[in-house]
Amino acid sequence: MSVSERRVRAIFRKELREYRRNGSIIATMAVIPLTFIILPLITVLRLPASGSRALLAGHPLAILLGIPAIVPAVLAAYSVVGERQQGTLEPVLTTPIPREEFLLGKALAALLPSLAIAYAVYGFFLVCVALFSQPSVASAVLQGPDVLAQVVLTPLLAAWSIWLGIGISARSSDTRVAQQLGTLASLPALAVTYLVALDVIQVTLGLAIALTLALLILDGLGWRIVSPMFDRERLMTGTR
Amino acid sequence: MDPAVSVHNLSKRFGERVAFQDLTFEVGHGEVFGFLGPNGAGKTTTVRTLGTLIAPSSGSATIAGIPLTPENGEEIRRRIAMMPESPGLYLRLSVIENLECFADLYEVPDPRSRIDRALGSVNLAGRANDACGSLSKGLRQRVALARALLSDPEVLFLDEPTSGLDPVAARDVHELIDELRKRGVTIFLTTHRLDEAERLCDRVAILNTTLRTIGRPDELRDQLFAKTLTIKTLVPLSDPDRVFAGLPAVNEWRQDGAGGYLVAVSDSSVATPAVTRALVTAGAEVLSIGESRHSLEDVYLELIDEEAGRR
Repeated sequence: MSVSERRVRAIFRKELREYRRNGSIIATMAVIPLTFIILPLITVLRLPASGSRALLAGHPLAILLGIPAIVPAVLAAYSVVGERQQGTLEPVLTTPIPREEFLLGKALAALLPSLAIAYAVYGFFLVCVALFSQPSVASAVLQGPDVLAQVVLTPLLAAWSIWLGIGISARSSDTRVAQQLGTLASLPALAVTYLVALDVIQVTLGLAIALTLALLILDGLGWRIVSPMFDRERLMTGTR
Repeated sequence: MDPAVSVHNLSKRFGERVAFQDLTFEVGHGEVFGFLGPNGAGKTTTVRTLGTLIAPSSGSATIAGIPLTPENGEEIRRRIAMMPESPGLYLRLSVIENLECFADLYEVPDPRSRIDRALGSVNLAGRANDACGSLSKGLRQRVALARALLSDPEVLFLDEPTSGLDPVAARDVHELIDELRKRGVTIFLTTHRLDEAERLCDRVAILNTTLRTIGRPDELRDQLFAKTLTIKTLVPLSDPDRVFAGLPAVNEWRQDGAGGYLVAVSDSSVATPAVTRALVTAGAEVLSIGESRHSLEDVYLELIDEEAGRR
């Protein structure tokens, strides 16, 4: 299937303009990451030099992977049902844009700010640790493989969370329900990040690579799985 | 030349519920076609079906020369435009941002000039940078019309375009529809407003799940109602039967209050002079003679009431 870049860009640009002018979206996107960063930051900054050994055993940075798991879910869950409730979906559906392009535009628009926030918060966390924590604690937190995993897994987790959210949004008839379900659906990914951070799940190189590949495949399939869930007739009439 | 819209035995059911059934009609190129009916008659569902948003349960249709099939949805949507009852604008975006988005969705060439032209058509060039949320309902409706014009559609579906508008805003929309008619755009207009349909439409169809009738407004009037002369005299006629009986083109008469008479005629151009002469000959003091005209509303109510009576 060929994709019209112009039509995808039209949806993408429209979404970003709407986010920018919607205070509640910006506030939500700003507040959620703070809840992920406050506790680990305080813990790490208060840790004495002798505490670095405990950190070396786990992967504390993994907690921050909760940001790309949760933030885009809220945006994505609104994407279809929100437009439907506002009455803006019908005019879009009367244009030649195929559902695959419409959803791709929506997904990219949710992905971009989510990545920007996740990386910004992550960068802020690293800078704080490097500047204000004990040197031995800082070197325990800033382990090369952990930083790399964070950089690689952030977009993959965000994309997975977005496709889940859009799928839920396409089948929901109420925005609030969609957002609650979207958040719930992203909890398993969040749980995994916490279990890794707490060293309950012990990550090996093999497991990390397998996880990355699995997310890559799921993200690729996400578009194909979610597109058929977007049924014009059901969205217009609430039937089927 | 193929019609702009051709519908043959088209039906749509949602489970047991019938939205519309066995619709068969054609709309010619450049025609303004009115689609009338009570709430729940299936008007919007028909428009959505013809606009490829909903799949028909049975029957066939051709829109802008393309068969209505799921595979042709994208191609049909390229050639038509729809304005739903609710304008459905992005309220946080400006007028021009809304139109830019849709110009890209239609992939129109030279979007800037198309947008300027569409805004000019609805007299909104001066409000291009205003947020849609700050516009009145009438202006939002005009933006939605501009959006529908962006792609230069062959067929334009307008679903209740003046719903909720004040008379001035409604008149502006009417003038725009007149303009589009002059440009040869085929318009499929659903409306509750019978005066609007009578003023704008070349032909109308009255729908109440099934198609009740279709034709030019004056044809429908003639089909359903006999032409009638309304006569007022200062003093009641002493023997009206002697005055009206046997006159050419006069079918029957009846009293309508003191000094009032309703005369059913087959051809008013023949009957009116004959009735006038007969009244003068009878020495009647005539106050007025006029042809009573039934409105499209009378036709509509007659058909819908007739159906309600049958149920």
